[in-house]
Amino acid sequence: MDLYARRRIANGVVMSLSVAATGFGLLWLVLVLWTLIENGIAAITPALFSQMTPPPGSSGGLLNAIFGSVMMTLIATLVGTPTGILAGTYLAEYSRGSRFGETVRFINDILLSAPSIIVGLFIYEVIVVRMGHFSAWAGAMALAIIVIPVVVRTTEDMLNLVPNALREAAAALGSPKWKVIVMVSYRAAIQGMVTGVMLAVARIAGETAPLLFTALNNQFWSTNLNAPMANLPVVIFQFAMSPYADWQVLAWGGALLITVTVLCLNIGARALASWGTFKQ
Amino acid sequence: MAADVALPRAAATRGRSGAIGDFLFRHLTFLFALLVLLILGGVIVALVEGALPALRTFGVPFLFADVWNPVTEKFGALAPIYGTLVTSAIAMLVGIPVAFGVAVFITEICPKWLKRPLATMIELLAAIPSIIYGIWGLFVFAPFVQRYIEPAIINSLGQVPGIGRLFAGPPLGIGVLTAGFILAIMVLPFISSIMRDVFETVPAILKESAYAVGATRTEVVRHIVLPYTRTGVVGGIMLGLGRALGETMAVTFVIGNAHRISASILQPGTTISASLANEFTEAVGDLYLSSLIALGFILFVITFIVLAIAKLMLLRLQKQAGG
Repeated sequence: MDLYARRRIANGVVMSLSVAATGFGLLWLVLVLWTLIENGIAAITPALFSQMTPPPGSSGGLLNAIFGSVMMTLIATLVGTPTGILAGTYLAEYSRGSRFGETVRFINDILLSAPSIIVGLFIYEVIVVRMGHFSAWAGAMALAIIVIPVVVRTTEDMLNLVPNALREAAAALGSPKWKVIVMVSYRAAIQGMVTGVMLAVARIAGETAPLLFTALNNQFWSTNLNAPMANLPVVIFQFAMSPYADWQVLAWGGALLITVTVLCLNIGARALASWGTFKQ
Repeated sequence: MAADVALPRAAATRGRSGAIGDFLFRHLTFLFALLVLLILGGVIVALVEGALPALRTFGVPFLFADVWNPVTEKFGALAPIYGTLVTSAIAMLVGIPVAFGVAVFITEICPKWLKRPLATMIELLAAIPSIIYGIWGLFVFAPFVQRYIEPAIINSLGQVPGIGRLFAGPPLGIGVLTAGFILAIMVLPFISSIMRDVFETVPAILKESAYAVGATRTEVVRHIVLPYTRTGVVGGIMLGLGRALGETMAVTFVIGNAHRISASILQPGTTISASLANEFTEAVGDLYLSSLIALGFILFVITFIVLAIAKLMLLRLQKQAGG
């Protein structure tokens, strides 16, 4: 009886701790989101979307930074998505069991978690130093390198879920393998692949470290991809670290904007993915 | 007769165009797969090339020198390496038990309808960009730590002889402890989602047998789930560690960016990534820049090793589960 009571108490303690841990984890999500809304909502005004980043002490908005972020994210996605999809296709459709495939898969998983600031250093060495100046192109390429492993991974996973019977049926009709992949495998896996791209976009939308020494920042409106370009994360970094109250308010506004975008993309991607599995 | 001849010919031409398409598509995808390897190779070459001047000037002692003086151009990596390791250690110390608790709750206790939403919410912690943790840490969390947590620590642990030195000094709010704690929150979702995944691979029949002989949930987790998933759990922890080591923005905001090694974890420090984020664009002089790139290379080597171990352990579990 004594032993039984002790085991029950031990179980009660461990299980309560586990409940507490979950509550502790959720607490931070709530706290971070709540402070963001509390501090950021005041900055969400029409001026935020229509005016440029101001010098200290005057009012302004984040239009040039928002434009820069959208632009670089777009280019990075346009470069990274096809690259990732083709590489993922090779891994899923051609390389089953091959040594080369194993190696690529392994390296890709490491790139997936590699520190993003290292990617920034790499692009700095390869593009910024060669070109002689910071540029939006360099920033977009740094982001593209972060997109690639995410898309490779989800494409491969999703293609692996496509039942082989579908491929065999298409092959039995006499279609060559590339047609089987493009017309059958891709169509069956498209939902998951789109999910992967959305997650990749969510990931780069808030990335700061790789942009610090590639795209740098720009106080003014610029559409020149060959010059430094303002972008939300770096502006937030600069403004939040500054002693000026106006800048700090704008930083909170930008932070709220990025977080809402990223969370919406994430939740949207998850909804899309679960809708797919539900259908199956 | 004519039809007999025409048919194979048509099939043969179609076969040939298919073969060309196949050849092209196969090699196209192969090239892009190769690109993944080239990116990694490029990263290594670029970092080594950039770091070479610093490594040539300072040699191996670069790793162990506690000096960072841009004016006299003397650089050593010890303080950033130390800061990186200590903040990550704090993150692991706090993050692992919490992640474990979350994973156990979600797989063993939580009612089924709550599983998905709860898991999603925990994973959203990982979706929040690190700069958001940074700005939140600087304006909200650090002042809170300074007012409530650090005075309490200094008055209790700080008075204990011996380990008291770890918790000495004025409460600044900004420092190694705060950075480590924010890292813990950031890596928590990575570790817990992997733990959850590997816990789900335990065959139900094993758990049911244990419950059938009267084991409590704690005992099932302790004696059935953990032994079965040990490599996966360690793999998940290593993956979280890899994230913590390289995390940049959140740390940059709250660590204080001081190139020195303090015995006390309440004092400001720096990490490799924070040094890069803070100083890279302002670095004047080739040697300064090269030293920073050398720091980046060290970080790359450390995270590569940690992530490779993580991946190998997770692969092992996968094989075990598969066969």
